[in-house]
Amino acid sequence: MTEPVVEVTDLHVSFGTLEAVRGISFAVHPGECVAIVGESGSGKSVTARTLLGLAGEEARVRAGALRVDGVDTSGFSERQWRSIRGRRIGFVLQDALVSLDSLRPVGKEIAETLRLHRAVPRAAIPGRVLELLEEVGVPEPEQRARQYPHELSGGLRQRALIASAIACHPRLLIADEPTTALDVTVQAQILRLLAERRRGGTALLLISHDLAVVAELADRILVMKDGVVVESGPADQVLREPEHPYTRGLLAAIPTEESKGARLSATTAPEVRRAPPGEVVIEARDLAKSFKGRAAVDGVSFELRAGETLGIVGESGSGKTTTARLVLGLLAPDRGSVEIDGQPWAGLTARRKRELRRHIQVIYQDPLSSFDPRFSVRRILDEALDVGGEPRATRRDRAVELLEQVGLDASVLERRPLRLSGGQRQRVAIARALAPRPRVIVCDEPVSALDVSIQAQVLDLLTDLQAELGVAYLFISHHLGVVHHVSDRVLVMKDGRVVESGDVRQVLTAPAAGYTRELLAAVPRLDTTAPLVRRAS
Amino acid sequence: MKARVGVGAASVTLALITLAALAPALLVDGTPDQADALAALEGPSADHLFGTDANGRDVFTRIVYGAAPSLLAGLGATALAVAVGTALGLLAALGGRALDEIVMRLVEVVLALPTLLLALLVITITGPGTVNVILAIALYTAPSYARLVRAQTMVIRRAGFVEAATSLGLGQGRIILRHVLPNAFAPLLVLATIEVGTALVAAASLSYLGLGPQPPAPEWGAMLSGGRDYFSVAWWIAIFPGVAITLTVLSITVVGRHLQRLVEGRTS
Repeated sequence: MTEPVVEVTDLHVSFGTLEAVRGISFAVHPGECVAIVGESGSGKSVTARTLLGLAGEEARVRAGALRVDGVDTSGFSERQWRSIRGRRIGFVLQDALVSLDSLRPVGKEIAETLRLHRAVPRAAIPGRVLELLEEVGVPEPEQRARQYPHELSGGLRQRALIASAIACHPRLLIADEPTTALDVTVQAQILRLLAERRRGGTALLLISHDLAVVAELADRILVMKDGVVVESGPADQVLREPEHPYTRGLLAAIPTEESKGARLSATTAPEVRRAPPGEVVIEARDLAKSFKGRAAVDGVSFELRAGETLGIVGESGSGKTTTARLVLGLLAPDRGSVEIDGQPWAGLTARRKRELRRHIQVIYQDPLSSFDPRFSVRRILDEALDVGGEPRATRRDRAVELLEQVGLDASVLERRPLRLSGGQRQRVAIARALAPRPRVIVCDEPVSALDVSIQAQVLDLLTDLQAELGVAYLFISHHLGVVHHVSDRVLVMKDGRVVESGDVRQVLTAPAAGYTRELLAAVPRLDTTAPLVRRAS
Repeated sequence: MKARVGVGAASVTLALITLAALAPALLVDGTPDQADALAALEGPSADHLFGTDANGRDVFTRIVYGAAPSLLAGLGATALAVAVGTALGLLAALGGRALDEIVMRLVEVVLALPTLLLALLVITITGPGTVNVILAIALYTAPSYARLVRAQTMVIRRAGFVEAATSLGLGQGRIILRHVLPNAFAPLLVLATIEVGTALVAAASLSYLGLGPQPPAPEWGAMLSGGRDYFSVAWWIAIFPGVAITLTVLSITVVGRHLQRLVEGRTS
């Protein structure tokens, strides 16, 4: 076997008294992809940054060996780090909009890496930039090179970022959540691009929370938790025959078509039988809404019954969120109507509108921004109960009852949401939504920002609450697995239109529309049932 | 650690000045107008800590009694400016396009004029006195508060938690009072604590020009002005009121900045 490009033994990284990484070892060989998988706080990103000398000034790094491309980097000065970043190691981050300089055309950004490391003669730089953009699959590179990051789509931005990362032919490419912010079809393209680099002999270190993404690409997987590697081995083995309970929990928590009707988290709750769908609670007819002449939603119709979940799935810009805002009565449609419990939004006085809002509540992707930063959990719930007509005397008891219903207790009452974890925040948001005893809850990407195990708990909670309270969900997500798991029926949206709708099993296993098939094909899969064969690579 | 000492010292100074303003009799025995012709123009001594002025009045006593009128002008002007500025800012942000245009153009006109000249103009029309000094200073400081409140309100009006409150079924009035205004207010208070210092200096300047409280009222700016003619023979008459103004403004600024850091630390 050839020399490894990266060799790490017994790496420790601590910040003050907190030891973020506690003795991990691994190596990446040329043309190999090693993936580090873990949830937030597992130490995976700190590990990646340490390899680049970017762990931060407060970080104390200690390692038996820390070699990059045959060079011992322990005790490197900032100057020395700069000489290998970009030249020997390329770094691709999650959000290209943040990582690229917003005040410079992307071509200039790539040119700078080339100039800095004197990779090619000065005169050859512009040509090389275009070559690189072409290599990463950016169409019309001459034109794109002159554009600024905000003028490019998420996928093109990520490609530009990869182009600048590979500009000097680094032997190692570190990608930290490279596709997390992207739509599923774009994600598939970026993964293919990374796979190409690997075939070309580049060593790839992939950092991700998403086991399915990793499964597409990785040769070896390290599962990290609390700063240690709990399990490692060839990808197939880790994904199919996980030995550590934590790995098994992670795999079980992934919502897919197979997980439908089963619980995702390890907690056991008494099975409650769901009542069959009741009367119609939302009736949307031929909704249309344009912004500045561009149709965001165009001819969307559906109905939602009590106790039922309707999923809306689509990529960014498909009109999912605009549909949600129309249904919530926050936007007035240009055409069509929405009725909540037989009451149309249109033509209501402000006062009647407010009364109707009680029946339809909402939870968001980012619960923190949906809370007034000055409010404690108690005040948040108090306000919602007040709106729901709960008398002042019983509000505190009802608040505690709601918290218990969502798996929290009275101890969080006086805390501010900023001091709660992501999962706890979403639970508080759900408690607030339940407070006025609504008939429907609109869930707008409610689990997209959560770790997979927390996502599993929240999805289970939503399922339990529906069985218990008979509330209906309008569940919006870009994640097909999640939608498949929770929904009874589904709408697939593209460019403001519904391209397909019907029973979720029908639509997402035997799709009729070409676009749905395209979406499904792009979903990275954890095919744990197929026979063990190494992928051709 | 150093910052802590500074903030501590500034807080103690502010506490003493506040005490002087609220209950001057607790700090000194005499009254500010008690003249003693035999003891005129005496330098600082054990009997007269800060010396005496041309009429033989004790400078220290006058400074202690001067705290109230001196602070009143600065605080009053700031309070008035915050109130008017907040009202204008909310009006501009929430009252629709036309109103926004009118209010903001008005604000820009005021901001374009030289501040002290504007104040002089107002007092020329209204005549001297504490109330008029307050009005004059408030007139030219209110626009910056109006701008801040308008900008804050526009951001917060689009914040997630305002949409969440709307979806919950809260009325517009309640949303503005309970969610928009309090959140817009935090940075405003910080600006105000720092601007109090500027307003104090402005008030002292106007008094120095003889446009504030009229003699024999013990106001720091007026005292500074009164000591000008004796500066070569009795420096203490002008220096100590000057030090009082400087210390007050400095302390308010230090405490204000500290509050600002606290507020920013909380939200980030």
